[in-house]
Amino acid sequence: MTQSGKFAQDPVHVERAEWKRQQTKARLQQLLTVVSPVFLLVLWEVLSRTGMMDIRFFPPPTAILQTFWELLVSGAIAEHVGVSLYRIALGFLAGVIPGIIVGLMMGLFTPIRHFVSPLVMALMPIPTLALLPIIIILFGIGDLSKVITIAGSVFFPVVINTAAGVLNIDKIYLDVANNYGASKSQFFFKIALPGALPVMLEGIQMGQAIALLTIVAAEMMGATSGIGYLIWTSYKAFLLQNMFVGLIMISFFGYIFSLLLRGLQKKLLPWR
Amino acid sequence: MPPKIEIDDLTKVFVKKTGSVTALQNISLTIEDGEFVCLVGPSGCGKTTLLRILAGLEKHSAGTFKINAEQSKRPLQSMVFQEKGILPWMTVKDNVAFGLSMRKAPKDVIAKQTAYYLEKTGLTQFASLYPSELSGGMKQRVSIARAFANDPEILLMDEPFAALDEQNKFILQEELLSIWAETKKTVLFITHSIDEALMLSDRILLMSAQPGQIIQEVRIDRPRPRKIEEIRKDPELAAQFVDIWQHLQKEVQKSRT
Repeated sequence: MTQSGKFAQDPVHVERAEWKRQQTKARLQQLLTVVSPVFLLVLWEVLSRTGMMDIRFFPPPTAILQTFWELLVSGAIAEHVGVSLYRIALGFLAGVIPGIIVGLMMGLFTPIRHFVSPLVMALMPIPTLALLPIIIILFGIGDLSKVITIAGSVFFPVVINTAAGVLNIDKIYLDVANNYGASKSQFFFKIALPGALPVMLEGIQMGQAIALLTIVAAEMMGATSGIGYLIWTSYKAFLLQNMFVGLIMISFFGYIFSLLLRGLQKKLLPWR
Repeated sequence: MPPKIEIDDLTKVFVKKTGSVTALQNISLTIEDGEFVCLVGPSGCGKTTLLRILAGLEKHSAGTFKINAEQSKRPLQSMVFQEKGILPWMTVKDNVAFGLSMRKAPKDVIAKQTAYYLEKTGLTQFASLYPSELSGGMKQRVSIARAFANDPEILLMDEPFAALDEQNKFILQEELLSIWAETKKTVLFITHSIDEALMLSDRILLMSAQPGQIIQEVRIDRPRPRKIEEIRKDPELAAQFVDIWQHLQKEVQKSRT
């Protein structure tokens, strides 16, 4: 008996069954992404409740949730989060806007690039946090010193990515602009800016992550409010449940900001 | 009427660390108004350099060239680039309108010209798509529509169909010829395909390998539209094919030694 006789079936039917199998597989894989954080939380809960993990250092998630609720009701969370978000927003903008401007100038004008890029390369490795004591002396322990610290950290990835974005525009598009007689301002708005935008947005995405890392550290030192302050004071008072609430808030906002920026990316780059 | 394009003793030298390379040597040629001329030569012979000089994208080292304008408000030339020449961040429609909007043509003129050439190239239903959603053939249609919509004195084409498969290539060649027949623009078209040159041109200019010079000129006095089957069957054209082929072969051999 031949094989073809044995498996004689409608080919459409065969392929549809295969397609369904693929669909089920894809759905299961999607499920995994949802399951993984839940799995981690359950594991944590079990381990700390059974005493396999030291409950003093790793309070169970349910206990953290309860603390979160208490802090939420007392208004402490709203206060600290509000202060931190305000500083992040201002610092982020104060870093991103000059970053874009300087980056575009570097990308568009070769002499500026030659002059500025060694400065950027030399200053970038210095952690802004290492300058925090000076920043605090100069600008006080209020919002301004935090804003400046964040701006300083966000500036560099944005500058570098913006300049790289302009430089990486395919040469053929410059030829097209020249051949069709684009003026300087037309070149900027129709070629340089849209051409640089994808890489520029990567830099802004990176800047966003850095802003969150920076705010916590900046508020641990010389601050009287904010998520970082909450984490630091809870830690010093050994209120680790409160500390975890602070950490979770940071993680939550990092996630939200990433989603927002990805949405912005979709909006600004419909051609991708 | 004076010739549309006059090139006189044009020479281009590139200076590199290792010395200098003469890409074009004493090129002299004239192209009449409304003529479709193909420039055929082995790769690296400087044909693209010649086109880029005419397109204002490269400066020549010596000699002169002139594109005679009929109307002063028309742009002198527009180029159809090799693949990837359309802007990925603009829709098909904005790409086709690019030249017109760069020279700030009135809005109604832009809308009319763009719509006309979108229709001519069969792109009307794709007008609001981005290039990433188009096939290679469609992208080249956008590039051609953009050049024609700009209404230049002459059209420069740099191997626009080189990256397409044979079938698509024939379709686009036919479409190009039908738009060209309507507008009677002067065209200088670069290709390394002899078939393409036989199919499209009034005149074929053969270039030598480095330093690039015009070594032969072949007239193709055949009515259009031409069919590839006819070109292959016709003994006279077949002989011309062999003749051009041998010339190119010789040039390639020469450049290898």
